[in-house]
Amino acid sequence: MTRQNETPTGETWSETVVRVLKANEVRLVAYVPDKVLAPLIKRIESDDFFTVLAPAREEEAVGLVAGAYMGGLRGIVLMQTSGFATLPNVLASLALPYRIPVLMMISERGTIGDFQLGQVMVCRTMRPILDSMNIEHFAIQRQEDVEFVADRMIRQAFATQAPAAMILSPLLTNRGGAQ
Amino acid sequence: MTATTIDTGRAAAKVMNRSELTRLLVGKLADQAVIGGIGHSNFDLWAAGQRPQNFYMLGSMGLAVPIALGVAMAQPQRGVFALEGDGSLLMELGALGTVAAVGARNLAIVVWDNESYQITGKQPTLTSRGVDLVAIARGAGLRNSHWAADEAHFGALVDQAIKQEGPILIGARTDGSPPAGVTERDPAKIRGRFMDGIKPAAAQP
Repeated sequence: MTRQNETPTGETWSETVVRVLKANEVRLVAYVPDKVLAPLIKRIESDDFFTVLAPAREEEAVGLVAGAYMGGLRGIVLMQTSGFATLPNVLASLALPYRIPVLMMISERGTIGDFQLGQVMVCRTMRPILDSMNIEHFAIQRQEDVEFVADRMIRQAFATQAPAAMILSPLLTNRGGAQ
Repeated sequence: MTATTIDTGRAAAKVMNRSELTRLLVGKLADQAVIGGIGHSNFDLWAAGQRPQNFYMLGSMGLAVPIALGVAMAQPQRGVFALEGDGSLLMELGALGTVAAVGARNLAIVVWDNESYQITGKQPTLTSRGVDLVAIARGAGLRNSHWAADEAHFGALVDQAIKQEGPILIGARTDGSPPAGVTERDPAKIRGRFMDGIKPAAAQP
């Protein structure tokens, strides 16, 4: 019996994300922890392909990835919804005006069964913030979409020199206990 | 005792001029990248003579150090300087811990401490109440952090940074003089010029 949200080969979303990051030469990962992201963080930290940084704030992570990009090293920021809510200033005054393709992977908290009111209210701000800055975003809900969406969003971000937000929906990360 | 091992406390450090020190710093550079923090830090960097290896921040207050660390990690052979004001660094103190954790030998942080948010009307920052950014940096794990006792000592610390014996943090107390110029505000141009300016030699046509 296969778990839900597994591919027929048994790959989980976090395994697919690691594969897509490697295929796109995204080597620097700066994250602020999140329980949903934990399996992805664990895989990345145990893989020599990646250089991993764990700054204390998400905006610092964006600065690190922006600097690395300008120096020729591709990176991504991993965070949860509430962390993203701290980012409008750095996105609007660094990533967007300087046209720096900051990749963001955001685990979506505060929706479809969350019990924390703080998370729920912050979650309501995420899409309006992204839309107000005209930042490309897409919530991935199914394992079979992870590879296509993540790969194409990363390619588009670098090709168009624009930040991009890959949102990991609870439908992907939490359905059937899938990791 | 060499000049770089002088350990002047903050109180005994000479109050100097940021424009003059920036010119002194830039005059010593070859192909090093420099990230000029928001406000007068990058205004004086601009006024010291534009180099293609300079990046001028027009926003994202506090992020000169993370941006510089990102560049330093991408290009470990190139020296990278972050020029940041006291108000800006106070906003992102955690970045000092990240720099220490990475231990990037090619990274130098210069902190201009004029005890004020000079550009917004000289409102006092916390350093005017005794916060010591060099002591904080040491506490964050950056053992090679020093207050510049005077101009000569500042120059000696910059020389040390150029030898890539970092990470190093140089604190300089500065006066309330205005910057020597104003940066041209065109982010796309700044970024393009900077990336061309620090492109690894092999990648150049």
